[in-house]
Amino acid sequence: MTSSKPGTVTSSEPPTVAAGRRAPARKGKGGRGNPYPYLFYVPAGIVYTVVFLVPTVMAFYFSMTRWTLFDSTFVGLENFTDFFAEQNLRIGFQNTLIYAVTTSALKVVLGMALGVVLTSRLKMRGLLRSVVFFPVLVSTVAVGITFSVLLKPDTGLVNKALALVGISGPDWLGDANTALLSVALVDVWKGVGLATVIYIAGMMSIPRDYYQAVAVDGGSSWHRFRYVTLPLSWPATNSVIILSFIGGLRSFDLIWTMTRGGPGFTSDVIASIIYKQYQAGFFGLSTAGNVILFVVVTALVVPLTRFLSAREVSA
Amino acid sequence: MRALRRSGLELVAVVLAVVIFVVPFSFMVLTAVKDEVQSAELDFGWPTSWPVVQNLIEVIEARDYVLLRAFLNSTILTVAAVALLVVFCSMAGFVLQRRAGRMRSVVNFLVLSGLIIPPAIVPTIWVLQTLGLFKTLPGLILVEVAFHMSYSVLLYRAFVSAVPRELDEAAMIDGCTGFKLFFKVIFPLLRPVTITVILTTSVAVFNDFVNPLYFLPGDENATVQLTLYNFQSQYSTQWNLLFMDIVLITIPPLLAFIFFNRKIVSGMTAGAVKG
Repeated sequence: MTSSKPGTVTSSEPPTVAAGRRAPARKGKGGRGNPYPYLFYVPAGIVYTVVFLVPTVMAFYFSMTRWTLFDSTFVGLENFTDFFAEQNLRIGFQNTLIYAVTTSALKVVLGMALGVVLTSRLKMRGLLRSVVFFPVLVSTVAVGITFSVLLKPDTGLVNKALALVGISGPDWLGDANTALLSVALVDVWKGVGLATVIYIAGMMSIPRDYYQAVAVDGGSSWHRFRYVTLPLSWPATNSVIILSFIGGLRSFDLIWTMTRGGPGFTSDVIASIIYKQYQAGFFGLSTAGNVILFVVVTALVVPLTRFLSAREVSA
Repeated sequence: MRALRRSGLELVAVVLAVVIFVVPFSFMVLTAVKDEVQSAELDFGWPTSWPVVQNLIEVIEARDYVLLRAFLNSTILTVAAVALLVVFCSMAGFVLQRRAGRMRSVVNFLVLSGLIIPPAIVPTIWVLQTLGLFKTLPGLILVEVAFHMSYSVLLYRAFVSAVPRELDEAAMIDGCTGFKLFFKVIFPLLRPVTITVILTTSVAVFNDFVNPLYFLPGDENATVQLTLYNFQSQYSTQWNLLFMDIVLITIPPLLAFIFFNRKIVSGMTAGAVKG
């Protein structure tokens, strides 16, 4: 049941990615073996099957057990009911969605804005592109530690800067109301560079003629953006949304290094709960978290991909 | 007037970018070179003394040279995982692009699943445990290979489609098929995409925190990201050392970025658009 869901992705994908030529596979000399042997799949296939596929399938069984790695007792859906019955665990479910939606929305908006700025005739364009992109390559742990220092309530640079203009900033990471969003903003800071370069690549491939046509009609720069750049960079928007949405749903390292899910459980996401339950030795519950994450990701991403690619065709 | 407005806008954009993106990095470097007392203020002040070398030595000597071992482990992990990824994924991407059939749709489906599905952590530990690979570097290498496979296969498949089939046919007339065809004729032609795969996956593997945390816990074979994470609790008063560690760990990706900026960016955007 679950494996049929990702299948819809494949069926919507082939037009873009798998448009290989249909030439029949030819026999090698003397008809012995195919020149493109399936043997080539074997090394990758073994690693993928053993380390990824088997655990993914087994997760469905182990999520219904009380489990110590060495022996497991079947308990049915108990882990799942526990997961949703406990307030601390349910909040992770909500937070995951909030986090994924916030980060991907901001990455789309800011990435597009930066893309427009950085494809215009700025003199320092090259430098700016590098500056915006570099955080993508920096380790998440390093970014997390640095920003938890910058966001400290009294001594942190952010609040000191805010104090200069007369705003007293909150305890960003220590306040239950701001912790998750603060981490989300740092996530955007780190990831917006990737969204920006995707937009730049998309905008550079828009034919100049369209802009000339707008200029001939006397359109302003707003018109250029609204009627040319925005609709024609839809494929870029599409990939930015999908990428950052998947990333947002799965994200763990930044949240873990900045708040460890705290204060209390207020910034926990599914991935951090999986880790906490694993640490506590509740392997079955941890795996149930994994199955829930799997279901959330496929149930949201697969329809989203279909919806977005349908729009792409009509746009 | 327009030119003036334009340069005004330009200035605003540059200043904003500098404040938002450069200040955090300057803060890292500044804190790393301060002495212990001043670094504890955690402000943006200019260092009063510059114990750069001393900080460096202290970080490296900390906890019995754990950082050096971590760098060694991270290097082995990255090199081995990337080497395996290049060989395995180029082969798979080649056949996947060239050979039509039912197998192709199955493999395509698996590749896309690998992009979307979050790995099941504890069951993976269970499998590695059964194989005797849990808490070992080879185990973590296999994990990194498996988790970065889909992306690499997609890049290779896309690039192979730009290699003309006539080439295969010419090679086949000379009697090259299978392994000979691929490694003698095709693989050398895939050099550009191989470089892209090497760069993007090595940055990803080197920076990976989650998988070492789960699959390679313990101090004796920690990776650099894990030592940084552990230093965070250990050095809660010695900020200069913590940030020196951050700076050291940021150097490898910085070098990759300085020398191969274009390659990395094109690889990541291609991966995004194709995936």
